[in-house]
Amino acid sequence: MSLLAIQHLSVSYGNIQAVSRADFTVDEGERVCLIGANGAGKTTLLKAIAGMLPVAHGAIHFAGQSITRLASHQIVHLGLALVPEGRGIFSRLSVQENLAMGAYIRRDKAAVQQETNEIYQRFPRLGERRNQPAGQLSGGEQQMLAIGRALLSRPRLLLLDEPSMGLAPLMVKTIFETIADVAERGVSVLLVEQNARLALATCERGLVMERGEIALQGAAATLAQDATIQRAYFGV
Amino acid sequence: MDIFVQQIINGLVLGSVYALVALGYTMVYGILELINFAHGEVTMIGAMVSLTVISALVGVGVDLPGVVIVLLGLLAAIPVCMGVGFTIERLAYRPLRNAPRLAPLITAIGVSIVLQNIAMLIWGRQYISFPPILPQGRHQILGATITDVQIAILVASVVLMLGLTLMVKKSRLGRAMRATAQSPQIAGLMGVNANTVISLTFILGSALAAVAGVMVSAYYGLAHYYMGFLLGLKAFSAAVLGGIGNLAGAVLGGLLLGVIESLGAGYIGGLTGGVLGSNYQDVFAFFILILVLMFRPSGLLGERVGERA
Repeated sequence: MSLLAIQHLSVSYGNIQAVSRADFTVDEGERVCLIGANGAGKTTLLKAIAGMLPVAHGAIHFAGQSITRLASHQIVHLGLALVPEGRGIFSRLSVQENLAMGAYIRRDKAAVQQETNEIYQRFPRLGERRNQPAGQLSGGEQQMLAIGRALLSRPRLLLLDEPSMGLAPLMVKTIFETIADVAERGVSVLLVEQNARLALATCERGLVMERGEIALQGAAATLAQDATIQRAYFGV
Repeated sequence: MDIFVQQIINGLVLGSVYALVALGYTMVYGILELINFAHGEVTMIGAMVSLTVISALVGVGVDLPGVVIVLLGLLAAIPVCMGVGFTIERLAYRPLRNAPRLAPLITAIGVSIVLQNIAMLIWGRQYISFPPILPQGRHQILGATITDVQIAILVASVVLMLGLTLMVKKSRLGRAMRATAQSPQIAGLMGVNANTVISLTFILGSALAAVAGVMVSAYYGLAHYYMGFLLGLKAFSAAVLGGIGNLAGAVLGGLLLGVIESLGAGYIGGLTGGVLGSNYQDVFAFFILILVLMFRPSGLLGERVGERA
């Protein structure tokens, strides 16, 4: 049974129907990417799954229960975390406090401390700056912080919205290595990414979104070979 | 010299009461960007409820020390004010959470008038006097006098302010409050229920207002259904003076406003050759407020608007 199941999902943004009749699943341990042009509805779809936007029609099931009408602060308890577009770090809170917010729903202090230290080992820059306001970090460091913070809620499914946006190539590499590592440890990933080539190389399956609809889905390797996709998204 | 020291002491005492009320304004503003104009009335209700309990206890001739009776009055006022603060937010502000900003502002003024009128119906229009049950000790310091009540107000204010600062800076709830202030949506992704945090903010601010209400009625020896208006206005001004949304700013603004007001009251007659008397102290305080805001529109410790995420 799939971990995340989206059935006939429609989401409106004001008067615009930003997502219409989307159908797809993400299985336990699977990495799925969602590619498409700007304004195709990718961010809206992720926000609706995470409970930040109301669902107009259709249903979202996560880990066997309906989360269609749940708010984001309830959904995170079930093991679904979103790294939002633009990272969404708390710029006036320190790095350490941002991570503590990631573990807000947890009471097992010792394990949280342990995992926080692991994040500092993985991203030494965060450890060095743990007491500084997070707003002082560079874009890449903020992205690391946002991912580390999301992981501290111990998600079964991690949603990532454009993690490479505005980052230097070396930083993009680090971020994607981290995503691959996270998936290795059994966390499912649903990745929205502008860089379609990189996204399809990182994931097992791909979804292509066009004007609010899932136009195409299939194995990432197959999609990467697709001439239409290459023309539209790889810039060849 | 001794007049100067005396006015500074009086100003700090008054200012610490303003600061406690200002903290309530600034906490709510920090999270909702809403000026809760009814906050002054919560202070008034704190004073009224505690005075009712204190008068009743004194009336039946309870054999307890005055301090204990006042503390019992305070213990009654705090939960009532917490309930009032919670209810105001739940009934008046939450339905307007996504309305244009003018709507909750007008509602706040409306709530303030409603609370005044309810208080007038319950307690009447007359001044209620504070029974003289507190110790009346006076102490000499640097040529000025400080009373037991003044010392108690200063000490209690400092303890409450330190406690609040510690809570906001170090506790899980405080962190959630600061995160919600910055982005309720992102805090929601972390599992923070913004509505709970907002309710708790109102409850906390109202508890401080209850204490301030008891302090101010003990200090002046009076309470009145209309007392919340000017007190609220001054505390709000103190919060703006310090930089609204900033806790340290509310404390600084409150203390400054209190001191300026007291110095104004002490010296305004001499400075103007007797044209203006000490009853112009409020004018003096607000004049300074306007002056500061002309040069620092975001207040003394306020951030420039652009720094808010």
